[in-house]
Amino acid sequence: MAEKFKRMDGRELTEMRPIAAKVGIIPNADGSAMFKSGKTIAYAAVYGPREHHPRNARNPKKGTLRCRYNMISFSVNDRIRPGPSRRSTEISKITEWAIAPVLMLESFPGMVIDVHINIIQADAGTRCAGINAAVMALAHAGIPMKDMVSSISAGKLDKTLVIDLDKAEEDFEEGEGPTDIPVSVTHSGKVTHLQLDGKINKEELKNAIKMAVTACDEVYDIQKKALKNVGQLIEGAKK
Amino acid sequence: MTDRQIVIPGEIIAENTNALPGENTIKEDGNIKAQRYGLAEVSKELIKVIPLSGAYLPRRGNIIIGEVKNVLFNGWLINFNGPENGFLSLTEVPMYVNKDGLEEVMKIGDMVTAKIWNINKRGTDLSIKSRGLGKIVGGIIIQVNPHKVPRIIGKEGSMVNLIKSHTGCDLSVGQNGFIHIKGDSTEKEIFAKKAILFVEKNSINNGLTENITKWFEKNKN
Repeated sequence: MAEKFKRMDGRELTEMRPIAAKVGIIPNADGSAMFKSGKTIAYAAVYGPREHHPRNARNPKKGTLRCRYNMISFSVNDRIRPGPSRRSTEISKITEWAIAPVLMLESFPGMVIDVHINIIQADAGTRCAGINAAVMALAHAGIPMKDMVSSISAGKLDKTLVIDLDKAEEDFEEGEGPTDIPVSVTHSGKVTHLQLDGKINKEELKNAIKMAVTACDEVYDIQKKALKNVGQLIEGAKK
Repeated sequence: MTDRQIVIPGEIIAENTNALPGENTIKEDGNIKAQRYGLAEVSKELIKVIPLSGAYLPRRGNIIIGEVKNVLFNGWLINFNGPENGFLSLTEVPMYVNKDGLEEVMKIGDMVTAKIWNINKRGTDLSIKSRGLGKIVGGIIIQVNPHKVPRIIGKEGSMVNLIKSHTGCDLSVGQNGFIHIKGDSTEKEIFAKKAILFVEKNSINNGLTENITKWFEKNKN
């Protein structure tokens, strides 16, 4: 085997950035949570179930999950224009699809559950952090759920599979360049969301997903601890 | 005494058990799983999850305290922090009301204690045709987590009666988390408010009644 691949911030290949979580940060919301992964910080607030407006969008059979992903203008080095963009609309939709399979929306026909995700500091992996925060906030809001969802991104830098890319790694330009694969998994091991940006072959993809599923257990532990200790900042074990 | 612990959705509360799944739980392969975030109560026959947080969901028969949001030609729209506004019809008011004089009975911004007598697709219908219901005059209204209301009321109203006797205030507790406190003086009302907030904060701990009695002794004057 060739020389061992070295990551820019000195992490192991399967080591994620230090994570932290806190539940119950927004008093006015029905449920709220913060999830931090390295320099990425996501805040999620849940309102509802409440009356669904506009009326024509109501589903009389089951409730609707409505997510809004938003990057705050100061979250990145160059100020980003506030308001919805093509990217944020897509991530909002992806978040809905990642979470909806575990929610029991049948209990709230004609109603809506609003999830507002705000990224206050971005360093790659924002959609994963957003999903992690949103799931904790939904549980905190007392929405009936079958399971929890944890999310992490796997990736490939040149020819090496790694876990949890940060911004510097996402801009990695050597060899085959970077591949980013955000994966969301329920605690029972079912994949609810999978995206791929870059190039990867079938075998490598399978391995990358396996790595992500394993890493999600660590995220789940933090989510669980944070929910059991509302109002306390729970930090992951330092390696 | 039953065991209590906070559980998260999907967490297995008991493995290979003969107990039955109660509220907010499901039985899968002999294991009982939580389906909601809350406090798991485990006893020999039944395992259930008591909700701790979240929005108020109205149920038929609940007594609620709400604010008049609008006066229509045949009734009032009442906001009680539920998923939608409740409708208090003119026919559910136990007195003669002049069709042009609805505002004389209740106007926008007034607070009212009402009972939910029907929930259907068209909305939530309220009634004030019972003792103790109707427009609220005087006193203060505070808001607490609606899921803590059973603790504030206590077994057969024991906690409410305890607070009433120690503070000399009259309390009416809405299931939606609004509490109306009325006493002789503002000081007494604020004292009652502090007692209620203490109960809300310490509702998870065992021996709540002892704790509140101690609290009253400490803060009496």
